[in-house]
Amino acid sequence: MGVGIEVTNLNAWYGTNHTLQDINLNIPANHATALIGPSGCGKSTFVRCLNRMHETNPIARVTGTVRIGDLDIYQDAKPVEIRRRVGMVFQRPNPFPTMSIYDNVAAGLKLNGYSNRRVLDETVERSLKNSALWDEVKDELKKKSGASLSGGQQQRLCIARALAVDPEVLLMDEPASALDPVSTSKIEDLIFQLKTQYTIVIVTHNMQQAARVAEKTGFFLNGRMVEFDSTHKIFTNPSDKRTEDYITGRFG
Amino acid sequence: MTRIRFQQSLDDLKEQLLVMAGLAEQAIQRAIEAYRVRDLSICDLVSRSEIAINRLEREIDQTALDLLAMEQPMAIDLRFILSVIKINADLERVGDAAKSISERVRGMDQMAVADLPVDIPRMASLAAAMVRKCLQSFIEADAEMARSVLSMDDAVDAMNRAAYKALTKVMEEQSHIAPQALNALMICRNLERVADHATNIAEDVIFWLQGADVRHYKSVTGGRDPHAVG
Repeated sequence: MGVGIEVTNLNAWYGTNHTLQDINLNIPANHATALIGPSGCGKSTFVRCLNRMHETNPIARVTGTVRIGDLDIYQDAKPVEIRRRVGMVFQRPNPFPTMSIYDNVAAGLKLNGYSNRRVLDETVERSLKNSALWDEVKDELKKKSGASLSGGQQQRLCIARALAVDPEVLLMDEPASALDPVSTSKIEDLIFQLKTQYTIVIVTHNMQQAARVAEKTGFFLNGRMVEFDSTHKIFTNPSDKRTEDYITGRFG
Repeated sequence: MTRIRFQQSLDDLKEQLLVMAGLAEQAIQRAIEAYRVRDLSICDLVSRSEIAINRLEREIDQTALDLLAMEQPMAIDLRFILSVIKINADLERVGDAAKSISERVRGMDQMAVADLPVDIPRMASLAAAMVRKCLQSFIEADAEMARSVLSMDDAVDAMNRAAYKALTKVMEEQSHIAPQALNALMICRNLERVADHATNIAEDVIFWLQGADVRHYKSVTGGRDPHAVG
């Protein structure tokens, strides 16, 4: 099951560039939360702080607290453990190109030391079913490489790979921006199903997509979170003029 | 400023609605004038303007539909387009009411003049003032002005109730002028509807500007406007 995320006084830097400033936010469990804002506003940096990927850059720095469920991720756990609990899907599908579909999904488990064939088989099947890809690939799991799939299938394969290690949170950074409308619909349907089991945070430039899939939406601007509210409120009658100006296309 | 073409399209839509508003307001004023001076040539003008109003109603709906489909508007832009669609329908009905009144005036031409216990010019002037004010609030994007229209509706409703009571009594007691009383009753009913449409338009202006749904607030809150300022 998904867990809530509590962010307190989060600040992040790249070198001297203060990219996130005093972010305070409660992301509810088992819901989809969308983060919107113009390019460079800090929303991707924010999600990278939720699984400690931001600090992999040597000039990056983070202060503040991020609690995922009961876990203070900057105090209580190592980055590897965090990334098992917090899966991530990126803008461009990035399957391991030389691995089969099966091995792509099982990769995370194998890295975590699982080798029992039955466990691996069951997990691969469950993950591919959860990512709505099973029916399309079940006959060629070990014959076809991940890279041979279509773009939309590759993205769902990456989602299956993230789900295989049984995370509590799924971070999605523009997961459908490189996909055609049909593949985009499949990803959005998938988000709808997955949020019953996982807490989903999705970064998107597609306002309609945020409105369709998320219950909560946060608007970032210049490294600050301007407004966080129900998606309905944000897209019909936002409280802050800057939010309204952005979503109505008056800037950005 | 981005989406310049979209913003221009919204301005064009507003312009179209203002033309529609001008026609509807003119139609109701002409119908009232036709009643006041019993001039059938003015009734002809009202009938002709209804054709233009109906055509414009369809054009505005089409423009609004295109913008919804092609531009996927959000927030205040979305509320603006929804309000325009609803105001458009109300204006078309104001045009219908004007036509109904002018038809009653035509009917009265065949009847003897009767002294009826109802002040139609006063009721007409109040309903017309409501139409003018709600449209002004739309033009000036002034929610407070729109709110002031809502309270005017009670006076028109009260006049309509009083007219109903007085005119049904005339029909019961003075059957020789019952047709004139019935005509007057129908005109009052149309004026009351015009006031209702003005109220709807004012509510839509408030929704557009503030995102507040103030419809039916009396039945929901027992008379208190939940979105009133102050």
